[in-house]
This record gives sequence, C-alpha cells and structure tokens, in this order.
Amino acid sequence: MIALREVTKVYPGGTAAVEGLSLVMPTGQITVLVGPSGCGKTTTLRMINRMIEPTSGTIEVDGRDTASLNPGVLRRGMGYVIQGGGLFPHRTVLDNIATVPLLLGWDRRRARSVAAEQMERVGLASGLAKRYPNELSGGQQQRVGVARALAADPPVMLMDEPFSAVDPVVREQLQDEFLRLQAELGKTIVFVTHDIDEAIKLGDQVAVLRVGGALAQLAAPAELLADPADDFVADFLGRDRGYRGLAFTAAPDLPIAPEPTVVLGADGDTARLTAAGRGWLLVVDQADAPLGWVQPTQLSGAVTRETLHRGGTVATVGGSLRAALDAALSSPSRRGVLVDDDGRLVGTVRAQDVLTEIEREPQRSPS
Amino acid sequence: MSFVWEWLTNPAYWQGSDGIWVRLAEHLGYAAITLVVAAAIGIPLGLWIGHTGRGRLAVVNLANGVRSVPTLGLLFVAVLVLGPLLAGDIAFLVPAIFVLVVLAVPPILAGAYAGIESVDPSARDAARGMGMSSWQVLWRVEVPCALPLIFSGLRSSTLQVIATATLTASISLGGLGRFLIDGQAYRDYGQMAGGAVLVAALAMAVDLVFAVVQRIAVSPGLVPVRTSRRSARTRLVPNPA
Ligand SMILES: Nc1ncnc2c1ncn2[C@@H]1O[C@H](COP(=O)(O)OP(=O)(O)OP(=O)(O)O)[C@@H](O)[C@H]1O
Ligand SMILES: [Mg+2]
Repeated sequence: MIALREVTKVYPGGTAAVEGLSLVMPTGQITVLVGPSGCGKTTTLRMINRMIEPTSGTIEVDGRDTASLNPGVLRRGMGYVIQGGGLFPHRTVLDNIATVPLLLGWDRRRARSVAAEQMERVGLASGLAKRYPNELSGGQQQRVGVARALAADPPVMLMDEPFSAVDPVVREQLQDEFLRLQAELGKTIVFVTHDIDEAIKLGDQVAVLRVGGALAQLAAPAELLADPADDFVADFLGRDRGYRGLAFTAAPDLPIAPEPTVVLGADGDTARLTAAGRGWLLVVDQADAPLGWVQPTQLSGAVTRETLHRGGTVATVGGSLRAALDAALSSPSRRGVLVDDDGRLVGTVRAQDVLTEIEREPQRSPS
Repeated sequence: MSFVWEWLTNPAYWQGSDGIWVRLAEHLGYAAITLVVAAAIGIPLGLWIGHTGRGRLAVVNLANGVRSVPTLGLLFVAVLVLGPLLAGDIAFLVPAIFVLVVLAVPPILAGAYAGIESVDPSARDAARGMGMSSWQVLWRVEVPCALPLIFSGLRSSTLQVIATATLTASISLGGLGRFLIDGQAYRDYGQMAGGAVLVAALAMAVDLVFAVVQRIAVSPGLVPVRTSRRSARTRLVPNPA
C-alpha cells in the first residue's frame, strides 16, 4: 500500500504543483492519476520514488516513510516507466530490459534470461532482442519500457503515460495486454494519464486532479461516471457518461432470442428460405462464430465475404450492459449478436430489452 | 611537382638520424604526448561539466580565449619563461608540449561536455529512476551515449595538433617541421613540399586509426539508422508488431 499524507510540492520559483494531496493506493490495485496537462501528475508520481522530494507531507510505502529509505534501494524496488520512453539508445532491447537485474547484482546470464522472459510476457518477438531502440516502432518501444520496469519483478509499478506516444489502435492493444498482465501479476500500480477514457478503462480507482495538484475526486470508474463530485470532474469526464457508465454493469439475464443463421458460402436460395421474410440474416462460419449480416433479397448468388455487412459489434453473454446495448444499436437488423466466451453464437438481444434491464435497476451500486 | 616526388622516393632521405623515419617518429611522439595530456585534462573536466551542468560558461569563455592566442607567439613566450627553469632538450620540449596542450584541450573539452549534454534527458532520467547512483548514470548511460561527440572532439584536436606540431622545429626541436624550415633555409622546395605532404599524410593516417577505434567503441544503437550495417541486416527479420 502506498499512502500520501498531506503531500505538497512547491517548485523553486513558486509553482505549487501539488497541494495537500492525501491518497491511498491499495496493494494489488491500479490507481490512475488523471487530470489536465500540468496538474501535477508526474510530480506526484515522482515523489513516490523520491525523484522529487516533497516540500511537506509524508509518503509511506507498506507503512514505511520513504524519506527514511535509501533512494537507490527504494527505486530499484519499484518499476518505473517514464513519460517519453527513456530507453537507453546504446543498449540492445535485451540489455535495456536487464538493467535493473544487473543493478541488483544478478549475474549476466540470469539477468538476460529473465529479460527474455519479460519480452515474451509483453508480446515482443524474441527476434527483437538484439535490436537497438532506434530500430523499433513506437509501440515496440513502449513495450520495452514496460518490460524493463517489470524485469526485477517489483511489487510496485509507477507508470507515467506509458501508452501515450502510439496510435489509438496500438494503444488499445497495449491497454488490453496490460490488463491481462495485471490480472496475472497483481502489482500495486500507479498509472498516470491525461486521457480520461484510459483512466476509466484501466483504473480500479481513479484520482482526478485539478490544476494546482489538488484532489478533485477519488472513486472507482463507475462511481466517477455516475456521480461526479463537481463541475470540473463532470466536464473532465466529458459526454456520454451515462452510456459509458454502462460498461461497469454486468448484463444479468437478458432475454436472448434464437437467431436463424446460414454458413458462409451457402447459396442464395438457402439464405432466402432461412430468412423467412426477415430483412437481415446472420452469417456464421463453420465453428458457429458470427461473421456479419446479409440481406437475402439482395443476393444475386451465394453468400460470400463480399456480401457481408460488418457494422454490428458483438457482445459476450455475461459482459457489460454497454456492450450488449452497443451490439443491438450497431446491428443493421437492430438485433444485437451475443456470443459465449469461445466466440460461438448464443443468440440475439434487442435494444429495448437491454433498456428494460437498465431501468429495472436504476440505483445500480458501483461495482 | 616532380621534385617533391623525387625527394619522397629517394631512400637516402629516409635513413639516418635526421631522415624521414626519425622525423615522423618524433612528430608522432610530440602529438601522442600532447593528446594524452590534453585528454587527461579535457575529458574528465568535460564530463564533469556535462554531468553537473556547473562551470560551463567559465570554461567555454576560457576555451574561446585560448583559441584567439597566436600559437607561435605563445611558443616563444613559453620558451622564454619555462626554458631557463629546465636543462637540456627538456628546456625546449616542455614549452612546446605545453603550447600544443593549450591548443588541444578546447576541442576535447567541448566534445566531452557537448557529448554529455546531448544525452536524451529521458534516458538519463530513466537511469536515475531505476536506482542508478550518479556515478552509475555517468558511466553506464552518459559516457557511452556521449562517445560519438567525445571522439569527434579528440579527432579534431588530433588533426590540429599534428598540423601545429610543425612549429616545434622553429625552436630547434625535431619533427616533420624540420623539413619545412630547413627546406626553406636551403631553398629546397622538394624537401619543403615533401614535408608538408608527410604532415598531411600522417594526419590522415592517424585519423583513420581513430575512425576504426570509434567504430568498435561506439554502440551501433547510436549510429543513425540509415547508415548502420545492422539495420540493413535486421530488416530481413519480419517485424511482428
Ligand atoms: N522542475 C520544475 N521546476 C518548476 N516547475 C515545474 C518543474 N516540473 C514541473 N513544474 C511545474 O509543475 C506543474 C506540474 O507539472 P507536472 O509535470 O507534474 O504536470 P503533469 O500533470 O505531469 O503534466 P503533463 O500531463 O503535461 O505531463 C506544471 O505547472 C509545471 O510547469
Ligand atoms: Mg507528466
């Protein structure tokens, strides 16, 4: 557990970057610090590993005041992913990752083999081990940064906008992998971002800071969306809060209707027969995984990939209300496709049934 | 031009205690002593300035001031001041080396501190954030990353020293400068021009040696990607992400 108590940082020159911040970051959870640029997120993060000394207040890690610890020892015990990467240009990917193990005095071979394991863990192909950072894509560099912070298996990870320098598609991929990794590792993570969507997606709890470094609200993401503390937080959260909040409510027993399907490659007559007058027909593959929709009356020949309409999203049974509602709203037939955990079709659900479910529980408690 | 060629290819001029081989060795000797001393002063000082950010302005001004001093004048002053304190050959050698060192330090110093200052601040920051001591940050991150500029300072200093070491002949020391001075005295233009050619050839040869050492010492990760051999090779590896 990391505890900040009444922490203030005033830089020489008088900028109060953080003011009277008290915050508890529970062990094994992701605490996200979010707020507009210059609100003191990086300053707060760097006070935890004493890269910056607070002007006043105390910071405890597992009950011990960090001011009483040797900064080097403290830092080697915390993974640190720096804003902007900070890879060592003169070292190969493998040696970058092996940095902290080598600092801890492990022998070279053990450090390298652990580094190779970390590469695999963060999804870096082993062929990249001998490359230098300037020979990597942005996404690969960010993965190396995360692997390097994880290498000595520290219980605490400090991550400063680790996914900010990549395009949205790669960012989403990195976020998903990050959550998968955290489910496996259970680290105590302090994660800084200025992207509220990232905060809501990744955080077990989210601390919203306002400029000047004061805490505006500390809450779980669902609670934050459902009940912003003030106008600043509400504005910062942005639009569609009600809809986004549905992401945190599991869809319980939605009335799932069976959906007639054809397998990809079926001929037009079969499709029209199966559709039995419905405008849209769901197409699946051999393993019963949904592929898209077709309009049988428009078919001139067989059901091919080219004839598929792929607009609809797919929700998982037992997933969130948001996913179920989005599946219904995005489907051309307005019937939302539901699959099981293996991706096989279960049936379809209608938007109004999802809405009924939402209204049935107006006072949802935050998960 | 033919008399230059004749002078250079006549084996008689290469032999003996005032032959080309001996003069080359003397010249190289002066340059080597100078560079060792200058590097021993300039590199640690440059690293310190780059690492701590202290004393930068003072040293830059001093270095620029030194550059504006006429070398030959400084040499005569040094002989007049230092000469009487010493005896024998040393009376001329020490002032000569002193002047060459004064000339050699600024580029080395500038290369070292510019090298450290050019290190990506986020790499330095990451090093500290991972628990490296100030000393470890310097030796494991800053110095390796600064090597290209440290080398370029050393190399430009070396070229300058080899060219300027010809002046030592004007205070009756050896080196390739002898051919220039003696050639002029005897109106032997073959010898004069031949001496100049030898100075240039020596400078290029030494620079080539430095280039090879640099190639081995500097991490391929610091070489711009387009020109590194490694990238040409690794491009064959499929890119997974
Ligand atoms: N070394 C410093 N000296 C003086 N002021 C500083 C220093 N570092 C940061 N500041 C100021 O402190 C405030 C908070 O900076 P900080 O880097 O913590 O912001 P941030 O929330 O991380 O911003 P961003 O999202 O842009 O990274 C800013 O106003 C900044 O200008
Ligand atoms: Mg920041």
